[in-house]
Formats: sequence, C-alpha cells, structure tokens
Amino acid sequence: MDGAHDMGGVAGFGPVRPEPNEPVFHAAWERRALAITLAMAMPGGWNIDMSRFARENRPPADYLAMSYYQIWLAGLERLMQERHLVEADELAAGKVLHPAKPVAKILTAEGVAAMLHRGGPTERAATKPALFAVGDRVRARDMHPPTHTRLPRYVRGHLGRIEAVRGVHVFPDCNAQGAGEDPQWLYTVSFSGSELWADAPDPLLEVTVDAFEPYLEPA
Amino acid sequence: MTDHDHHHDHQHDHSELSETDLRVRALESILTEKGYIDPAALDVLIETYESKVGPRNGARVVARAWTDPAFRARLLADATPAIGELGYAGRQGEHIVAVENTPELHNMVVCTLCSCYPWPVLGLPPVWYKSAPYRAKAVKDPRGVLKDFGFELSPATKIRVWDSTAEIRYFVLPMRPEGTDGWSEAELAELVTRDSMIGTGLPKQPAKVTG
Repeated sequence: MDGAHDMGGVAGFGPVRPEPNEPVFHAAWERRALAITLAMAMPGGWNIDMSRFARENRPPADYLAMSYYQIWLAGLERLMQERHLVEADELAAGKVLHPAKPVAKILTAEGVAAMLHRGGPTERAATKPALFAVGDRVRARDMHPPTHTRLPRYVRGHLGRIEAVRGVHVFPDCNAQGAGEDPQWLYTVSFSGSELWADAPDPLLEVTVDAFEPYLEPA
Repeated sequence: MTDHDHHHDHQHDHSELSETDLRVRALESILTEKGYIDPAALDVLIETYESKVGPRNGARVVARAWTDPAFRARLLADATPAIGELGYAGRQGEHIVAVENTPELHNMVVCTLCSCYPWPVLGLPPVWYKSAPYRAKAVKDPRGVLKDFGFELSPATKIRVWDSTAEIRYFVLPMRPEGTDGWSEAELAELVTRDSMIGTGLPKQPAKVTG
C-alpha cells in the first residue's frame, strides 16, 4: 500500500541524527514491547508479512506520530484483535474480561534460543524457470496495490538492471493476506541515481532493491 | 547521552512515556493471565538482544575476513553459511549477503519500508537506522547522510545503496585500515564499528586504538 511507511526519497524529514553509544533500548517498556511482540508470534500464528502490514496499514498521520516500538505495539494489538486473542475492551480496561482462546503453543524460556536460531527462512524450491537473468534490463511496474507490497514507490516506473538472482522466496504481497506463500523469483535490481532522481543526480550513485518477479517487466 | 540527543530521538514519547509504559505493563499482564506468554521467556529474549547479540558478532566476522582469505572468499560467495561457521545464525539473518567496500566502491544499507537489519551479526538496529530521516535520505542523498555522520568520501568513490526490500539482509565488509599488518584477529575486531558494517561509517584507524 502507498502508506507513510514508504519513505525512500521523501523530502522534509531533515538530517540523520546519529546517537553515539546509544543504548539498545531507551525505556523499560521498549524492552517488553519487543519481547512481547516476538513471543506472541508463536501462539498468534501470524507471519512476518502480516506483521508488517499490521504496522504500516494506518493513517499516515498516526504512523508518523508514533515512535518505532509504539508502531510495533499498535501492529501487535491489531493482529491479536483480528484473531480474538485479546479484545478492544480488554486493551482499554487493561485487564482480562473474556476467557482465553486455546492456543497450540507458547514460547517458553527454554525455547527462546531454538526459536531465534531457527528464524524464518523464506527461500523455497523453484517450480518454474526464472524470467530474468543477470544483466537484463527491466522496468519496475507502476503499481499501487491497496494491500501489502515490498516494491517501494521511488523505483516504480523506472528502468533498472538485474544485478543478482536470489532464488525463489515467499511472496509478501500474497502471504500478508493469508492467501498462501505463492513463492516467486527474487532479484536484486540496480537503478542509477540519475534514473531515479533526475533533478538531483549523483553520477556515481546506484541504488538496489530486492524485487519479486511480479514487480518487474522486461524493458 | 545528552539531554539534547534524548529529546530529538523521542520527541513523540515524552508526553506519553508513562502512558505507554502502563499500557505495556497491562498488556503483558493480560497476555500472561491468558496463558499466551511466559514472562520468563521475555526476560531471555531481552537478555539475548541486550547482552549476547550485537555488533561484536559482526566485528568478529569482519576481522576473520581480513585475516583469512579463504574465509573472506566464502563470505563474499555465500555469507549465510560463512557467518554460521562463527556460530551466528537465525532470525533476521536467514539470508545474509556480504558486500565489500573497495577504494572505488562504498556500500550503504537501508530499509526504506521498515527497519530490516541483519540481527545475528549487528543486533537490534539503532534508533537513527529506523528513523524517517535515514530511510528517506539514504537512497537519494547518501553523501549527505555521510556528512550527517561527520565524514566525506572521495568524490571519485561510487556509492551503492542496498535497500532491503525483501528478506535478504545486507552486511558491509569494510576495508581493512592501513598500518595493521601483523595484527591479530581480536585486535582487528576492535577497529570494526557497527556503523562501518552498515556503511554509514568507516573502521577506526589504528592510532585511535593503540595511541
């Protein structure tokens, strides 16, 4: 979706402000928010693409007004409510008002290391040949789906070159909607700075994005 | 951290800090009472990312690549198993690609859509990496970003920005500083900064460590 999360090239945010020697967390609640989010994925059963869509799918003013872990919390609350694990009145009251739903599995302290080590690999077996090869010229599609996508706006419609073929991976646009993994070929596509930013060209700038095959057309 | 630094990074949090804190406590207690989470598991997760998984992991990978040409070749050919040799693997590092800086090419990593970052080698991302200014500016004006970090590259050096828009996680292999011949892997690892593995910084120079 064309949301406020899609920030590449957006003007007006000002300079980057490094914070030397910053702590991993800036408040105690951030620690718990991260950990709760990671732990709830197990009983919740959602995938990473659903999580990303739950975070980005909100009015731009809301998205921009929230700090990073506040966005995580808002996304988590949405995912839990969609599955009736927690209801809105419980979040408002700050206490349990409805019986728990049975869940298959929860994350235990002993299970953390294995869960993190396992991760969530997205590569899948190929079932058809790749449409593009390294060196091919492609155009990023000018697409604006209302649902989740991982093609950033700033490359849409622009000409690029296949830099690498990364194998076949879970297709986020489909997986985020709970419609299955629909694995697709994934490519690293490079764009010259002057192609992307004609008014502010850095002759030596090159930007790459990782684009799934349905995002691209031959050029 | 100065008050000034704190203010600009959390300008949205100040008025709501206690409210958010209370909300998270209430949420944790609801989820615990319902049996969805085990608070002890949360403690282990926090301990893992505060104390065990961080940029020291990546620094070891870089120092190994600087001292062991065969490892460097494996790292650049297929980084995930090479990094796995040092014991680093898993969540947000399932598909890692290492990109090498040279005198002609400087690499920088960003995720313009969220905050994708190679957790097993760098830990959780810093605040600025997740911020709107970095996500907006890195793909359009990376030289300006480097100036925000206090340095400039030669105008002749090409910049390639890697936007992590799928589950591939990029990791920059910086150039080994001059004057480090004969240094051990552990000594070299001390020169490797987190920012040098994102491409927003360079490794420390030997004088700053030894002198």
